[in-house]
Amino acid sequence: MPEQITGAQALIRSLEHEGVEIVFGMPGGAILKAYDPIIESPIRHVLARHEQGAGHMASGYAHATGRVGVAMVTSGPAATNLLTALQDAYMDSVPVVAITGQVATTSIGNDAFQEAHTWGMSMPATKHNTLLTSVEEIPDAVREAFHLASTGRKGPVLIDIPKDLLADTMTWHRPGEIKLPGYKPAVKGHPRQVKAAFDLIDASERPVLYIGGGVVAAGATDELKEFAERINVPMVTTLMARGAFPDSHPLNLGMPGMHGNYTATTALQRSDLLITIGARFDDRITGDPKHFATEAKVIHVDVDPAEIGKIRFADVPIVGDAKAVLGQLLAEAEKRDPAPSRRPWFATIEEWQAVYPLAYEQDPDGPIQQQFVIEELHRITGGDATIVAGVGQHQMWASQFWGFEEPRRWINSGGLGTMGYAIPAAIGAKVGTPDELVWAIDGDGCFQMTGTEMITAAVEHIPIKVALLNNESLGMVKQWQHLFYDGRLSETELHPHTPDFAKFAEACGGTGLRADHPSEVAGVIEQAMSINDRPVLIEFRCDPEAMIFPMVPAGGSNDDIAMSREDFMSVEDPT
Amino acid sequence: MKHIIAVLVENKPGVLARVSTMFARRGFNIHSLTVGPTEDPTLSRMTVVVDGPEMEQIVKQLYKLVHTVKVTEFEPGTAVERELMLVRVKADPKRRGEILDAARVSEARAVDVGAATITFEVVGPPERLADFLQLMSTYGVVALAKSGRIALAKDQKTSKKQLKSA
Repeated sequence: MPEQITGAQALIRSLEHEGVEIVFGMPGGAILKAYDPIIESPIRHVLARHEQGAGHMASGYAHATGRVGVAMVTSGPAATNLLTALQDAYMDSVPVVAITGQVATTSIGNDAFQEAHTWGMSMPATKHNTLLTSVEEIPDAVREAFHLASTGRKGPVLIDIPKDLLADTMTWHRPGEIKLPGYKPAVKGHPRQVKAAFDLIDASERPVLYIGGGVVAAGATDELKEFAERINVPMVTTLMARGAFPDSHPLNLGMPGMHGNYTATTALQRSDLLITIGARFDDRITGDPKHFATEAKVIHVDVDPAEIGKIRFADVPIVGDAKAVLGQLLAEAEKRDPAPSRRPWFATIEEWQAVYPLAYEQDPDGPIQQQFVIEELHRITGGDATIVAGVGQHQMWASQFWGFEEPRRWINSGGLGTMGYAIPAAIGAKVGTPDELVWAIDGDGCFQMTGTEMITAAVEHIPIKVALLNNESLGMVKQWQHLFYDGRLSETELHPHTPDFAKFAEACGGTGLRADHPSEVAGVIEQAMSINDRPVLIEFRCDPEAMIFPMVPAGGSNDDIAMSREDFMSVEDPT
Repeated sequence: MKHIIAVLVENKPGVLARVSTMFARRGFNIHSLTVGPTEDPTLSRMTVVVDGPEMEQIVKQLYKLVHTVKVTEFEPGTAVERELMLVRVKADPKRRGEILDAARVSEARAVDVGAATITFEVVGPPERLADFLQLMSTYGVVALAKSGRIALAKDQKTSKKQLKSA
């Protein structure tokens, strides 16, 4: 006799069939039924302290492992709390499957307790979403969600399940063939376009590889390295692509954009050919698009056709998966002459690097410079750590000063810029890669948003490490008030009302350390490195006045890159 | 310039919401949108008339919706286009004959005659509706309802044959 099981059992079994090893979430009324079979399931559940945290954990897990992260929460406020994390994952193309409970089918539309229109609200924040109407749909819906989340341009998918469906019984069946007649993500690029791309490469004098997160998502980093070396072209790696190519490689110029280094930003700006792979001409890269790389032709490789031509016209558009297209480009390279030396172009680049390096000064008497903490952390860990950042100055410094050598070792909120991302995402990353050292680099503003997830880390024995760069302010916003509002600081100073962060970490069940002076930095990092049975937080009392440079003002031209505050003032006021 | 696109979508609950949400989210303006069943019960056809220069993005964004099966943008003159209009016109007894004569010429059908108004139904290509509306505006339009456009691509073979014989 065929096996009769409840919708809740079918849901958990379907997740098991997808190979899910961990679910991040929080139970509640409408999803309660699904939490019962979790007890027997081999799937581990990590109990977040807030649904947004559960969502970011799933995202951090997905970033670190390349597998689909799963978050499960109840209806209403839980679903709305989750929305921020879904939009975050959507902007950064992170594969996440979210399961939300919904009020019973008969109550939908009646403003029932904890009812929210999750399906409608999450529609523009997900790659796809669905509200189930019968228990029989559960296995196929889960299969479909994992397929959609993890193929093509990856992204979050939400399944909203009314609670009566979880209680209903069904005859268990494994999901059938996926039937999505309108969903056929491209894999290989058009061979003619691949040839056309190479014609542009051969004709260019100042080409730049403009590499985005799509290369990491596609697992194409080996192909990228081979290709870059084969065509002998310098590369910039965007915020989402840090680690897609070793920072130690001479062809890597680092991060371009609003807070990118001078050479990376200017190389794009002066280029005559942008070989764009898995990047989307984000405004933080281009500045004013009208003044962006005005002499450059564009090759644009993207798995999402809608990205091509959205911001910048592509002379050679190639729709396809970055790994597949790089493979095709490499095959084409074999048929072509060896790459030229590009001596004049490299000479120009080397000159920029010599004149405009990323730099800071650490006064031995303090205060602690944020960049110094990051460099010390890199030195002591040997760079062998996964770095997870929040959003703001600390995020930019981490991206600038950490030398990334491997993909999936840099996790941050790029597109949405979600403050509070670091702690939950670090938890997700650590659960997914338990043998790796995971350091969250966070700011005091960010930490106060989601720092309660330190409790999750402690209770669930997820020993993340946190470098909290405390500048007693919402530093990035304060910087803008200094630069664009004549220093009129409005609601950006958090001091003296910040909590004692070390004590906070202790209260959550972790270890709290603190460094007030540059001479203490290395010592506390080493101390933190010796604690591996619980989360550790180090509060670094940093320079509250430090600003992040270089900087291109929002909406400005990348020609107007400012290297320092003084430089900025001279750019702003030419008199 | 107005563009007409036909969107074949899976006939699933909420698919209209997906399309309209995408238009709103991306800031594209919809001039008119109609949706209805097709010869295939698993598919619905939407005919969307849109303003603006972002046609390429609109088509690509429509394709990104998982339930979108096919998007066709009609070049001018390549589709049969129809709209339905109901228009209520002021018609005092003295001018009734004149109005009905005008309507006959425009192939409009009187579908409701009241004490002081006549309601006409006009079916046809958008220009015919526009012309009739302009004609009636001299008498005074009291109320107006339009269906939005539906369109089907012309059968290319037939068109070519017709061209040759002409």
